[in-house]
Amino acid sequence: MNEQQTNLYRFLIALADDSIVLSHRLSEWCSNAPYLEEDLALSNVALDYLGRARMFYQYAAEVEGKGRTEDDLAYHRNEREYTNLLIHELPINDFAFTMLRQFYLDVFYVKYLQKLSLSQDKMIAAIAQKAIKESRYHLKRSEPWIIQLAQGTEESLNRILVAKEELNDFIGELFDMSEWEKSLAENGISVDRESIKAEWQAYVQGFFAQSDIELDSVELRVHGGREGIHTEHLGHMLSEMQYLQRAYPGNEW
Amino acid sequence: MKTIPILSPEFAQRRAVRLAASHPEIWDLLDGVYDPELPGLTIWDLGVLQDVRMVDGVCEVDITLTYSGCPAVDAMTKDIKKVLNDAGYEKVNVKVVLTPAWSTAMMSPEGKAHLKQINIAPPSEKDEICCPQCESSKVHVISQFGSTACKALYQCNDCHETFDYFKHF
Repeated sequence: MNEQQTNLYRFLIALADDSIVLSHRLSEWCSNAPYLEEDLALSNVALDYLGRARMFYQYAAEVEGKGRTEDDLAYHRNEREYTNLLIHELPINDFAFTMLRQFYLDVFYVKYLQKLSLSQDKMIAAIAQKAIKESRYHLKRSEPWIIQLAQGTEESLNRILVAKEELNDFIGELFDMSEWEKSLAENGISVDRESIKAEWQAYVQGFFAQSDIELDSVELRVHGGREGIHTEHLGHMLSEMQYLQRAYPGNEW
Repeated sequence: MKTIPILSPEFAQRRAVRLAASHPEIWDLLDGVYDPELPGLTIWDLGVLQDVRMVDGVCEVDITLTYSGCPAVDAMTKDIKKVLNDAGYEKVNVKVVLTPAWSTAMMSPEGKAHLKQINIAPPSEKDEICCPQCESSKVHVISQFGSTACKALYQCNDCHETFDYFKHF
């Protein structure tokens, strides 16, 4: 791979890792959600992210050209080789935390994928065009939940506020650009994340205002995901997610 | 609610591709392949079947994904191969294409009518959803996701039937 291809490969892996890690977290709600319909909904959102991850992994494997498959990339890379942004890997915590993270990410992805769907790379553009429709729908679902929780009881509001506090330090990384991502953005392949920060803030702030909640300033605080430096949570998650393929390599459904 | 059936441009284009097909007999065979989760709905009517070609003795079939994580794709791929193998086409290559991105506008009018018959409210562009049992338009959402990613769960305020709505997408 030349430098451009190496950058493209890293980019695809990063986006795939973001998706699969969040997908796995959401799937942890399966059979544990507050009620059956919510159980199904969260599992379906997880499924959308899994599909997204598969498309990016398949393309990454093709770009790499070493004969690795999507499964090899998902199940046979270690924690330090995973390059997802940290917000995706945080444990599901309570329902308010899960939904607030989802709302933040839904707003982010609707804006991010919109720009990514104009990528000069046709495959990336096609994946983004597919995924954005799903993210728009996810947002339609997470917004009413934030209103319901924030304007519900003292307890539900309090949980939203605690979740907001916990997530605060991890938002900045969504808008951080690594050197290789910048180089791809200059060639019209990736998106300048910094350019959507103001839009994201304005949207979330505007939405929060309905419930008299304030969004704290968004700055780069905890980071390292793109370099493979993770919170203590990812290793535990991967050990569960990868267990079967590690114990029985190549096993198929 | 009765509506005048009109063809969406997306479906009209698919139909034009099929009418101009070099191997109409293969398209006809594929009318025997159904979505595994929507009983009786063919992959043509669902709108995922996009193109069929014969290249050097290999039968190539293009299908699109409905939702990116939809597990039905694997089953459909298997079924397409089986139907064509059984009809004597030994080499079959099913390609999952991302463009054009699937939308419910690609469904056939017959497909939408069939959904209603199996008690699923068909997709509506303006989300004008009617109860498939009593046709009342007074309905409310129970969950934005139903038994599969492509459906939402609704209930009719008049006859109280709970039903799936095939989401407009």
